[in-house]
Amino acid sequence: MNIAEELAEIGRRRVLILDGAMGTQIQDLKLDEAGYRGERFADWSVPIQGNNDILNLTAPESVRDIHSAYFASGADIVETNTFSATRIAQADYQMEDLAAEIARDGARLAREAADAAAEATGIAKGVAGAIGPTNKTLSISPDVNDPGYRDTNFGKVRDAYLEQARAMQPFVDFFLVETIFDTLNAKAAIKAVLDLRDETGQDVPIMISGTITDRSGRTLSGQTAEAFWYSVRHAKPWAIGLNCALGAADMRQYIAEISRVADTRVLAYPNAGLPNDMGEYDEQPHETASHLSDWAQSGLVNIVGGCCGTTPAHIAEIARQARDAAPRQVRAASASMRLSGLEPFELSA
Amino acid sequence: MTLLVSTFVNIGERTNVTGSARFRRLITEGDYSEAVSVARQQVENGAQIIDVNMDEGLLDSVEAMTTFLRMIAGEPDVARVPVMVDSSKWEVIEAGLQNVQGKAVVNSISLKEGEAPFLEQARACLSYGAAVVVMAFDETGQAETADRKFEICQRAYRLLVDTVGFPPEDIIFDPNIFAVATGIEEHNDYAVAFIDATRRIRAELPGCHVSGGLSNISFSFRGNEPVRRAMHSVFLFHAVRAGMDMGIVNAGQLDIYDDIDPELRELVEDVILNRRDDATDRLLETAEKYRGQGKGAEMTRDLSWREQDVGLRLKHALVHGINEFIVEDTEEARLSFERPLHVIEGPLMDGMNVVGDLFGEGKMFLPQVVKSARVMKQAVAHLIPFMEKEKAESGQASKSAGKVIMATVKGDVHDIGKNIVGVVLQCNGYEVVDMGVMVPCEKILETALDEEADIIGLSGLITPSLDEMVFVASEMERQKIDIPLLIGGATTSPAHTAVKIDPKIDVAPVVHVLDASRAVGVVSTLLSDRRDSYAADVKADLARIRERRLAARTAKSRLSLAQAREKAWSCDWASYQAPAPKQPGVQDFDIPVSTLVDYIDWTPFFFTWELKGTYPAILEDPRRGEAARNLLADGQRMLQRIIDEGLLAPRGVIGFWPANREGDDVVLYADESRASERARFHGLRQQMSKEGDKPSLCQFDFVGPKGVEDFIGGFAVTAGDNPEFVASLDAQQDDYSSIMFKAISDRLAEAAAEWLHEQVRTKHWGYAQGERFSNAELIAEAYDGIRPAPGYPSQPDHSEKRTLFSLLEAQTRIGIGLTNSFAMTPASSVSGLYLAHPDSHYFAVGRIQRDQVEDYARRKGWTLAESERALGPILDYEPA
Repeated sequence: MNIAEELAEIGRRRVLILDGAMGTQIQDLKLDEAGYRGERFADWSVPIQGNNDILNLTAPESVRDIHSAYFASGADIVETNTFSATRIAQADYQMEDLAAEIARDGARLAREAADAAAEATGIAKGVAGAIGPTNKTLSISPDVNDPGYRDTNFGKVRDAYLEQARAMQPFVDFFLVETIFDTLNAKAAIKAVLDLRDETGQDVPIMISGTITDRSGRTLSGQTAEAFWYSVRHAKPWAIGLNCALGAADMRQYIAEISRVADTRVLAYPNAGLPNDMGEYDEQPHETASHLSDWAQSGLVNIVGGCCGTTPAHIAEIARQARDAAPRQVRAASASMRLSGLEPFELSA
Repeated sequence: MTLLVSTFVNIGERTNVTGSARFRRLITEGDYSEAVSVARQQVENGAQIIDVNMDEGLLDSVEAMTTFLRMIAGEPDVARVPVMVDSSKWEVIEAGLQNVQGKAVVNSISLKEGEAPFLEQARACLSYGAAVVVMAFDETGQAETADRKFEICQRAYRLLVDTVGFPPEDIIFDPNIFAVATGIEEHNDYAVAFIDATRRIRAELPGCHVSGGLSNISFSFRGNEPVRRAMHSVFLFHAVRAGMDMGIVNAGQLDIYDDIDPELRELVEDVILNRRDDATDRLLETAEKYRGQGKGAEMTRDLSWREQDVGLRLKHALVHGINEFIVEDTEEARLSFERPLHVIEGPLMDGMNVVGDLFGEGKMFLPQVVKSARVMKQAVAHLIPFMEKEKAESGQASKSAGKVIMATVKGDVHDIGKNIVGVVLQCNGYEVVDMGVMVPCEKILETALDEEADIIGLSGLITPSLDEMVFVASEMERQKIDIPLLIGGATTSPAHTAVKIDPKIDVAPVVHVLDASRAVGVVSTLLSDRRDSYAADVKADLARIRERRLAARTAKSRLSLAQAREKAWSCDWASYQAPAPKQPGVQDFDIPVSTLVDYIDWTPFFFTWELKGTYPAILEDPRRGEAARNLLADGQRMLQRIIDEGLLAPRGVIGFWPANREGDDVVLYADESRASERARFHGLRQQMSKEGDKPSLCQFDFVGPKGVEDFIGGFAVTAGDNPEFVASLDAQQDDYSSIMFKAISDRLAEAAAEWLHEQVRTKHWGYAQGERFSNAELIAEAYDGIRPAPGYPSQPDHSEKRTLFSLLEAQTRIGIGLTNSFAMTPASSVSGLYLAHPDSHYFAVGRIQRDQVEDYARRKGWTLAESERALGPILDYEPA
């Protein structure tokens, strides 16, 4: 059994725990520009402070320690520090050509932490290669006066994702396409991963996590949760769910919607509530945990964790409260043709 | 919201440069924003998918496809529906797939260039996440005969499903619609070939769909719209019955099949079905005279009440439900009052108050109230434009007594009861927002919040709808929507509301409403200052019901499944001679409405209208007799209209299969050798403890075990439906006729089941060839054998309908579909099994224990949770 299969086995008995935020932990390191640059990029021509993914190269121990802290808090799976490790997202720092190296090293660091934790506990620990949304949108024009305009295209986005996925593949147990604002970007990532599968013959399972941006119940690109699910269902994902933007209180109804229609595992990792006036997250570990534990008790989820503002303390509390709940039962969907625009469409077979 | 469709999906065709001259001009001129409005119009006009085609020699089709799809991505009222990316060039299709975030349909791929590109393109569709249309086209060309069409589709299906791993439900075959009546003899059979191929594809290639471009069929009659429309309607009528479930259709180019002039219809049908050699010539000869047509006249009456002043005339019209003069009277009143609102508040409300009083006193009955409401609605509809004008001028707003949102829940299509409640509430001054049928939870709640509703009313007829209502309640609780919730519909009950719904919701009161006559009282109380005390009373009542039920449950002792099985019913099977069907296999029938008239059981008709009593005794009832007689007369008038105007086309399908009981199941064999299993129906067994040696029944106890050459039969019948006719009544604000039409449709479906069962006993199965019973005796079930229906007390699991429908090919043969909750569409349909044993009889399974639910789950291949969900209404325990 490989690690994904072992985790699937554990996941039949209890809810699996995903890690919490990377960004919050990196902030705690209080790195300045020089801290981000390290020796290697001391002379880089543009500022790179805030490029969290570059720390895979310049502060690898710190990144690995964060992963280890999450495993120590009870996480079964951690996400690699590769949210922006694509040619497209790294363009902000003129680091396009480093994207693959950042992705590979990010995956390796998480793998090292996972192997150490598995060694110590005797229980399988997983690594999910994080694939973020990039900073471009394929469905939304960046120019309000020209709705048909795009500043990138599907092929470029797919190629950037392919490069990232190929770099991470040797070290990861899953790919996690996450924080999906625009489903078309996610479809490019899915295409890249499926093409990589054809290329290498290796079947690394995909997890997919969308983002409902506000209480309208839609993604930024306008889809309902159910329509979003139908748009990505062809990836036959290992898990489908939601993360970011909303705290648990506001996310629940959309997770319930996905839970009702998904014929695979359901994943949820909300923010620690909504940010305060200062952009900080105040929700305390027991608060986040009590929401997630309620979801677990209600049979809505298979995998829970945290997004922005959550810390190892949050994950520890989530693991304590939610872990022993019976996981949601995955049920087969009836045979219908399910299509979508912004809204779902179903024609029974 | 999920748009759940189980009959025919209408694909918009106007955003196609090869089909629409206007769209082509807009695209070639680069006027994309106007081109987007073409797409918007289509969606507004009901297209459920939009087909986009940019195949024009002078265009950069990749560029045009990309730009147009990007443009509509930003238009929520267009982008809400899925896109069909239509091109004969793969590069254009791929450009399309790279620019839709939803799950699209590719139109099309085919075996034209051989297997290698076909497989490659299919794999690409899979990795982009798209369904595909597959043309019946191979290396040797487009298929023209039914056999070739089917063979190509079958070959493509096997490649897609077996080689590529394509989900069958995402495959749509297009077996090529070609023009008929071209004058070329070989073309005469094109429509028949499509229809026959469709039937075989749907029957033999499970899961897939069939689509086509409709307008091709009538190509040779360009310029003669009436004939083209007739050809489209006739073709579609037959193709949909054969299983075509999608089509590229211009809805404006369709007539109602039954509205087509019978002469023209006959001529067109001859052409479409290739019924005579001279069909084309005959249609050509007659075609010219159909360019533009009108309709017949109406008779009028003179009545003395017309002499009175306008206020009294309005009141008279309302109380007597006469709508002939309502618009002119309302207009006269409007001119004589200062403001249009005063007409409503004055004579109209006076009239409705009289109606309300008479109804409250039991002197008027529901059908009459609905008729009055029709008059009221028509009067108000006339006044609304004037009131809006006035409102716009003065900036004032009007106020209703309260706003009620009503919906039949997701998965259910039954709406007679809901419509009646809506009408009654409207009569009493409430504003009703009727969301129709199959409405998903999130849409109901969203609308309730948007509309600032005061009350939410949910309706449903089939048992799975009960779960959906529970879900709505739990969602209201979760979202803290504190709007009172009313529950109604045939399977709902105070017990279900008490045990399943009420515990899920604390934020708002939930009230079970027994029938329409109670609705007004409940709503007015909930909207008064007595809401809280009333809600508390209701809650306490529900709690008492829960306790009573719990007590009753623990009090009654139950048998284990093993014990119950030991008490199974049996007979001396060795000496039983099981009758073999005279006509084995599956066959379908058109059933003329006139045949069914004598088989109608009128008693339930009166129940529908809340006149409770047995027919014919109710006609002589001293209190309700007059209302009942008038209602029956109106019902019979509607029935006559259905016959005269051909408004309904009932159909039925039956089948018989060699079968034996095996445990609580019955096994159906592929053939008389009884060697291989074809299908299996699952049964449920009574577990209530019974006195003495009374058997614990399972319906399949009445089927012989292995060794007995026994058979089982199955049937489905539908009265058909006529959405266009209903829409025309609704457009005239004529709720009364609309409900009446549906009520009669239901009666015809039941009558068809009765008639067909008689045919089966005397002819097709033929075990009772000598039987002669009157309708009353039939209603009293004096005959041998039964026809238990899945979802009813002898086998409460609706999902068994799926097996039955697949055996009967019910969708393709007679056009009855199943929703995801196993409601039949059209709604006026009946299905069931036939058991022939003379001792077989109906019974109720009653409450069952966990051991049987587990056993059933195993037999059905379900999880325990799925089993508990399907059997929810009869569980004798609380599932975990």
